[in-house]
Amino acid sequence: MLILGIESATQQVGCAIGGHEGVLASAHSARGRRHAESLAPQMQFVLNQARVTIDEISVVAVDVGPGLYTGLRVGVSTAMATAFGLGVPMIGVSSLDLVAFPVRHTRRLIAAAIDARRGELFTAFYRQVPGGLQRVTEPHVVSPDDLFNELMAEGTECLVVGDGAIRYRAELSGISKVEVADESLAYPSAASLVALAHARALREEFVQPSEISPLYLRRPDAEANWSSRSVS
Amino acid sequence: MTDIETVSVKQTILGIETSCDETAAAVVVDGQHVLSSVVSSQVDLHARFGGVVPEIASRAHTDLITPVVAQALVEAGRNGGELSAVAATYGPGLVGSLLVGVSAAKALSLTWGVPFVGINHLEGHLYAGLLEEPDLSFPLVVLLVSGGHTMLVEMRGHGDYRLIGQTVDDAAGEAFDKVARYLDLGYPGGPIVDQLAALGDPEAIGFPRPMLNEGYDFSFSGLKTAVINHVRKNPDVSAEDVAASFQAAVVDVLLTKARRAAEEVGATAICLAGGVAANSELRERTLGYSVDSGMRAYVPSRSMCTDNAAMIAAAAWWRLNSDGPSPLDLGAEPGLRLAFAD
Ligand SMILES: [Zn+2]
Repeated sequence: MLILGIESATQQVGCAIGGHEGVLASAHSARGRRHAESLAPQMQFVLNQARVTIDEISVVAVDVGPGLYTGLRVGVSTAMATAFGLGVPMIGVSSLDLVAFPVRHTRRLIAAAIDARRGELFTAFYRQVPGGLQRVTEPHVVSPDDLFNELMAEGTECLVVGDGAIRYRAELSGISKVEVADESLAYPSAASLVALAHARALREEFVQPSEISPLYLRRPDAEANWSSRSVS
Repeated sequence: MTDIETVSVKQTILGIETSCDETAAAVVVDGQHVLSSVVSSQVDLHARFGGVVPEIASRAHTDLITPVVAQALVEAGRNGGELSAVAATYGPGLVGSLLVGVSAAKALSLTWGVPFVGINHLEGHLYAGLLEEPDLSFPLVVLLVSGGHTMLVEMRGHGDYRLIGQTVDDAAGEAFDKVARYLDLGYPGGPIVDQLAALGDPEAIGFPRPMLNEGYDFSFSGLKTAVINHVRKNPDVSAEDVAASFQAAVVDVLLTKARRAAEEVGATAICLAGGVAANSELRERTLGYSVDSGMRAYVPSRSMCTDNAAMIAAAAWWRLNSDGPSPLDLGAEPGLRLAFAD
């Protein structure tokens, strides 16, 4: 089984190939937000490096967000089209699961926090369980202040990871028992995506391309404005 | 440039169009034979906002692109391995919408090992006429009118265009939308005004014909204001008469200039293109002019005038054989212009 993983939910865009033998090749770039320009050449590069032809791919995994909408859609559209074109199933993984994955060995509470722009964060909490991580809250949007308050209320040892954590590092570090994970772990990695997708592929947790949809967590502004106008 | 007559192998191209609010895919052989053309319109999603909302459009394209491509292939009876290329519109248009089509097209081209071709949406509109009428010969005068564009183009050959004139303010389709919104008729304005106008008197109100005899550029902003002022001063005026008189003024200006341009450049025909070319009055009067003057006029079917992917696949056939494939690092260019010769 060979998995192609596509990840472009943050300002970084990445791609990896792996399977039973682990990750065979991966690439990332983070210059600006030119996801659409980078992704297809990156796929070609990673295929070449792994010495794999594209029709050997048997699963396409994709980061479904939450994240920056435009990048997210480039990744999801690319991944869906690839899976459709190859006639293979897909696995969708949340960007929050991906940033929590590299710190899975800590016994502390893990708070994944991705920068949602507009002064907000996408977040979810995780706990170590035998064999991996368990997500203990659903992905949701919070203001930084609400997250700080939540962490203070928890009052337990906590590791906050993601580019949202880096952005509010100063404030987070001021909360007792809270530590911000290293900046090198701030972005979802395509290698983590392949590793997580592999575990799920072994359990045959596949979906069809038509069942994949980006996790936006916010309605389009126009709709939100429309409903508040209808109420008032 | 390759002489396209020498291309003997049949080329089957999948076209993808997502520049605005239609998610479309089509399979076309040799830029002429449409095997399938699927258009999924988002009009209902945007109607309550009175215009296209970019974020809503981008989300809908993402959900629809794979099913629409799948349907186009099924209807064409082709699978990916039988294609010669995958083409997508890369501009002009809404950046978030364009990126969905471009990303999907590049992924499909990689997957199937066939060339990717990025196409200018406006060039697609120019090729819609040639797609349905392959024996049209150059030079052609194309009147390209849509919600975002109003231009008169001399098509001197494949890929060889000269800009004769364009709007200095609103696009013709935009004027239809704004008038419809002012009259509270709903969205989209073009088809609604068209239907209402059929019930009114086009001579009831003498709206101005802006810049009618001055050069080849257009201006619709003043006409829109004249309509609004007229309705403000005459609140009981019949909406049907306003629609009919406004539409008559727009069509008068468009057709007068197109005609004059066609005669001046010695065109073999006038071609209509773009969403506003689906307007009944413009279509009828263009055909009427053709009968009276002997100038050939080509009025593509309505579905070929409004945004579709068959026209993208048709333009891609020419581009592929002339320029070769596009690079895989091509991005979306929301402000892309058509390249004009002097
Ligand atoms: Zn158009």
